[in-house]
Amino acid sequence: MTATLVPRRRARRRAASSGRLLHVYTVLLIAWLLLPIAVMILFGFNDTHSRQNYRWEGFTLRWYRHLFDKPDLTTALVNSVTIALLSTAVTTVLGTAAGLALGRHRFRGRGAANLVLLMAICCPEVVMGAALLSMCVTFNLPRGYPTILAAHVMFSIAFVAVTVRARAAGLDPAVEEAAEDLGAGPWTRFRLVTLPMIMPGVVSGALLAFVLSIDDFVITGFTGGATVTFPLWVYGSTRTGMPPQVNVMGTLIFAVGVLVAVVSARRNVLRR
Amino acid sequence: MTETKHAAAPADVGAALPAIELAGVAKEYRAHGQTVAAVRGLDLAIAQGEFFSLLGPSGCGKTTTLRMVAGFEEPTAGAVYLHGADVTGVPPNRRDVNMVFQSYALFPHMSVFENVAFGLRRRRVPKPQIRARVGEMLEIVDLAGLERRRPGELSGGQQQRVALARALVNRPRALLLDEPLGALDLKLRQAMQVELKRVQREVGVTFVYVTHDQGEALTMSDRIAVMNDGRIEQLGTPREIYERPATRFVAGFIGTSNLLEGEVTAIEDGRAVISYGPDGRIEVPLRPGLAAAPGRRLELTVRPEKIGIGTRPPGGALCAVRGTVTDTVYLGTSTNYNVSTATGAQMVVFAQNATSAEEVAERGDTVWLTWEPRHSYAMGAAQ
Repeated sequence: MTATLVPRRRARRRAASSGRLLHVYTVLLIAWLLLPIAVMILFGFNDTHSRQNYRWEGFTLRWYRHLFDKPDLTTALVNSVTIALLSTAVTTVLGTAAGLALGRHRFRGRGAANLVLLMAICCPEVVMGAALLSMCVTFNLPRGYPTILAAHVMFSIAFVAVTVRARAAGLDPAVEEAAEDLGAGPWTRFRLVTLPMIMPGVVSGALLAFVLSIDDFVITGFTGGATVTFPLWVYGSTRTGMPPQVNVMGTLIFAVGVLVAVVSARRNVLRR
Repeated sequence: MTETKHAAAPADVGAALPAIELAGVAKEYRAHGQTVAAVRGLDLAIAQGEFFSLLGPSGCGKTTTLRMVAGFEEPTAGAVYLHGADVTGVPPNRRDVNMVFQSYALFPHMSVFENVAFGLRRRRVPKPQIRARVGEMLEIVDLAGLERRRPGELSGGQQQRVALARALVNRPRALLLDEPLGALDLKLRQAMQVELKRVQREVGVTFVYVTHDQGEALTMSDRIAVMNDGRIEQLGTPREIYERPATRFVAGFIGTSNLLEGEVTAIEDGRAVISYGPDGRIEVPLRPGLAAAPGRRLELTVRPEKIGIGTRPPGGALCAVRGTVTDTVYLGTSTNYNVSTATGAQMVVFAQNATSAEEVAERGDTVWLTWEPRHSYAMGAAQ
């Protein structure tokens, strides 16, 4: 009896110590990821009086009250948010259609389409940005809000298509046949059966598209012309001194992101 | 609604239109530049209220046939009629038949109620009526109380019954079932066979049942079409198909058959007498159209459960063949004997363990296999 008890006890002790180690590791990793964000949030409450916002001078809510005091920063934020929303909307529709077609049907050009999607994901942003710039110059396209929007749709469409494709490929084709068999026409079938089943893929693709668009710097820099978005403005301000409003806006964008992530995660849990 | 027409099954009885009729239906696929025939010219009439099975090995064209009735595939030749109306080219959502899929194909994001109500909602049936009909149907398939569950929260058997209810609630002209029990384990499958038959009797709908499981087809069907390589090998009641297989394929596919052949030595009052080996003697009842004459070779089958096994040579008018036991398999209620006959043919005998617990013969024993002449079934001339 002791012969079996001793190793078992030792195994339990080993499991306990490795559990503690895992715990420490988890805490460290989370801290590592959150530290920069915590600093950003903290300095949004900094009662600074100089042009620089690098030294802690006391707590204030001043910057939250004067959030929109800098008109050009506000314009940049509005540009960023509207571009992100618009490009996400367009991308989600186009990307879902592409993903569905690629995941479910075999057709001429399917391989080429998959390759182009992969290229769009793998292509370095600088390359794509420079290419877009030379294209705009060559075709004499005035750079500005529309070109930024078009560029954002272009580079995020692949991400939506890929997530939807993965979801669509895993579907049992008989489920849609069943809907057809029960009297549903093509549109009803899509609305009531296909779309709800690929919805998790569509939602995560849309979130990816939004996130990619709202903080894009490189491609926007190349295609923006005189139009300034939030990341471009922040980058420009580092030369003269970054106002605390930037931290506040960053904090708010982060908060919205966390909220969306939590809500969608909870929905996924409830679904099961 | 609860009429039970299945007793008067065959299509030629009465003047009523067949529920489903296939006329010269063929289906060819193009694959890698080659044309592959899945179904080669099928003529078939399935009567109203009948439990009809398409039975055959995988790749025989039975599922393709079913999908052509449902409308998922269009025949490359021929026509499909539902109640006399030509529906060739009509899409599945406008055909008055419903299908039960092998994978069930339930809508995972909908509750059981919503799944079953799907077809009625598409046809804009008033809400209170939907609630009543769904409730009634769930009652029939024994799922009352589970309306609000999602398919993912149900067992395989329950999902199967949701699929059945979802199709039947629409009161289709015919219910098409594509190997619906294939994913269930043996116990559940047997229970569901009884269940399916009961439901069919209760609602009186024509069932077209595709399966590769001969036991399933024999248990449930009014009539069976045995298919092979895109053609119907034999069409008949389970008893006809089992007792009088039309072709060698049917004899081999349905149950276990012992194929024997020998030279006809004489014709005596409607029977061909075959001398088999040095001391064996087989009699085969003749039937019209069978070419049998003294001197010609004949092929015949005997079902293993019709054969008796003993150690002493029999007397009387029984067919008798001598052989050596090569293997015995004890199965509780019965024992299987594999016997090698004097001419080298392999025969199987199923013997009920009704009277004695002791085995009649053991491996290596010389035995006599006997059966009544009426259980010999002539297949045709041997090659």
